[in-house]
Amino acid sequence: MDYAANLAMTLPEVVLGLGAVALMLVSAWGGPGSTRVVSWAAVAVLFGAAIALTGPAGSGGVAFDGLYRADAFSTFAKILIYIATAVAVLMAPGFFQRTSGDDLRPEYPVLLLLSAAGMGMMVSAADLLTLYVGLELQSLSAYVLASFMRRDARSAEAGLKYFVLGALASGILLYGISLVYGFSGTTQFDGIADVYGAGRSMGLLFGLVFIFAGIAFKMSAVPFHMWTPDVYEGAPTPVTAFFASAPKVAAIGLGIRVAIEAMGPALDQWRQIVIFAALASILLGAVAAIGQSNIKRLLAYSSINNVGFALIGLAAGTPEGVAGVLTYLAIYVAMTLGSFLVVLQMRDADGQPVESIVSLSGMSRTRPALAAAMAMFMFSLAGIPPLFGFYAKFAVFDAAVKAGLFPLAAVGIAASTIGAYYYLRVVKTMYFDEPAPAFVKGDEGPLQGGLIAVAAVIVSPLGYLTIPLLGAWSIAAARALF
Amino acid sequence: MVHYLVVSAILFTMGVLGIFVNRKNLIVILMAIELILLAVNINFVAFSSYLGDLVGQVFAMFVLTVAAGEAAIGLAILVIYFRGRGTIAVDDVNRMKG
Repeated sequence: MDYAANLAMTLPEVVLGLGAVALMLVSAWGGPGSTRVVSWAAVAVLFGAAIALTGPAGSGGVAFDGLYRADAFSTFAKILIYIATAVAVLMAPGFFQRTSGDDLRPEYPVLLLLSAAGMGMMVSAADLLTLYVGLELQSLSAYVLASFMRRDARSAEAGLKYFVLGALASGILLYGISLVYGFSGTTQFDGIADVYGAGRSMGLLFGLVFIFAGIAFKMSAVPFHMWTPDVYEGAPTPVTAFFASAPKVAAIGLGIRVAIEAMGPALDQWRQIVIFAALASILLGAVAAIGQSNIKRLLAYSSINNVGFALIGLAAGTPEGVAGVLTYLAIYVAMTLGSFLVVLQMRDADGQPVESIVSLSGMSRTRPALAAAMAMFMFSLAGIPPLFGFYAKFAVFDAAVKAGLFPLAAVGIAASTIGAYYYLRVVKTMYFDEPAPAFVKGDEGPLQGGLIAVAAVIVSPLGYLTIPLLGAWSIAAARALF
Repeated sequence: MVHYLVVSAILFTMGVLGIFVNRKNLIVILMAIELILLAVNINFVAFSSYLGDLVGQVFAMFVLTVAAGEAAIGLAILVIYFRGRGTIAVDDVNRMKG
């Protein structure tokens, strides 16, 4: 295969990489004044990368001698990643204008583009080397984004914690990679799968455990979740919204690829790890969220909880299970981005952002439309029918039951009712408590309101109309792995 | 071969302990992270030589490159943290509970 054909398969990452470099030059020359131009150009670049997926980059197969794979699975994950990244770009300017001191700098969309390129490589990895480089490209951009408000002590602390624990996780992952390489003699997923199929050594088993620990950290599954609440609370809210959406999709996509493609024959070994991480995430995410008073911390625990549900589909280890995870992720991205868009609307009379749950009191009377949207996101996250979040949970539990994992499904469903408690508490605060001072209306125009409306329509019962499309697409994406 | 793996395992353990046991200084944590990455590199090079396969050494070069970028970003975040708080003691990283 010639070089041009290889490049055509990696076109989305090429577009994102070149776009990021070009926009970095624009922001270096233009200074802070160029933020608006760079932001819209970044959205255009993301759109261009999504268009590129229609060509060989969407279904071309293996490129660069088995380093990179372009198939239906990577296309599905990349579309979600690009949408979430574009929303994170669009929601930022209003937030940074209001917070004291720091205007939004044009490097913000550039870092998001680099991160998106890294995430694209993660979900397209067919070799441990691609996996590592993509993961680091995503993580290094994310560390900078977490500490983006340089004058804010909490933001710097969030960046520091994320960096130290993220670097530790990368080290653990790398140690596992080195063991798998040493005991299997290859870094390609296909070759590793052959060796796992032929029989297991202690070294391969250790490598598997280390690799899953590293990936569990990146998707913030229990017991590697401890950084999540602090980083989510300290990072600027648009960055938190980004962390809760796109990198989750990428990390879970990467986990699926490694589990199914590289370690498929070792299903019995990694299934125990995935089941433990899933149940622990669901339980801890539900119980620890109850005592939170900060809405961003609450949503952090909610994201841990949701990762647990997504992992239930992976534990099934079947194409239906993987399709369930993809469906779950698509709906989860809409719910979580919608919630964070509402959180962005929370600001006091001076225009400063407020984050306490108490300040939501009585919002149904002061901002009825916003309260209705937030209530829908909360009900949907809790998985209450007829909202679309119910179907997400249904898809993964259905797959788990079909794979014979009855105890897992039973415990998961029981734990999801615990989780419903704190989602409903937010709704109760908005609808039944005495009104707190109203949030001031924003001046960023119809864009954010429009995004909230779109997210609300997706999670509303109207979302069920997309099931034939979403179901067919996700099962096609999942079958590409088996 | 086993000797290389033992050395690398000891270095890796020291690196992980360096992050969790050390309560004094954030710079020490950055050094511990480098220690972990170098332990992994010893593994890669040893396996590469043992297997007669060059991929391990290529991987080691990538790890070195990424480690340089990681150290640069870590120090940059440390500098803005120090500007805001005036301290780099680990026990003072507690503005948020958890």
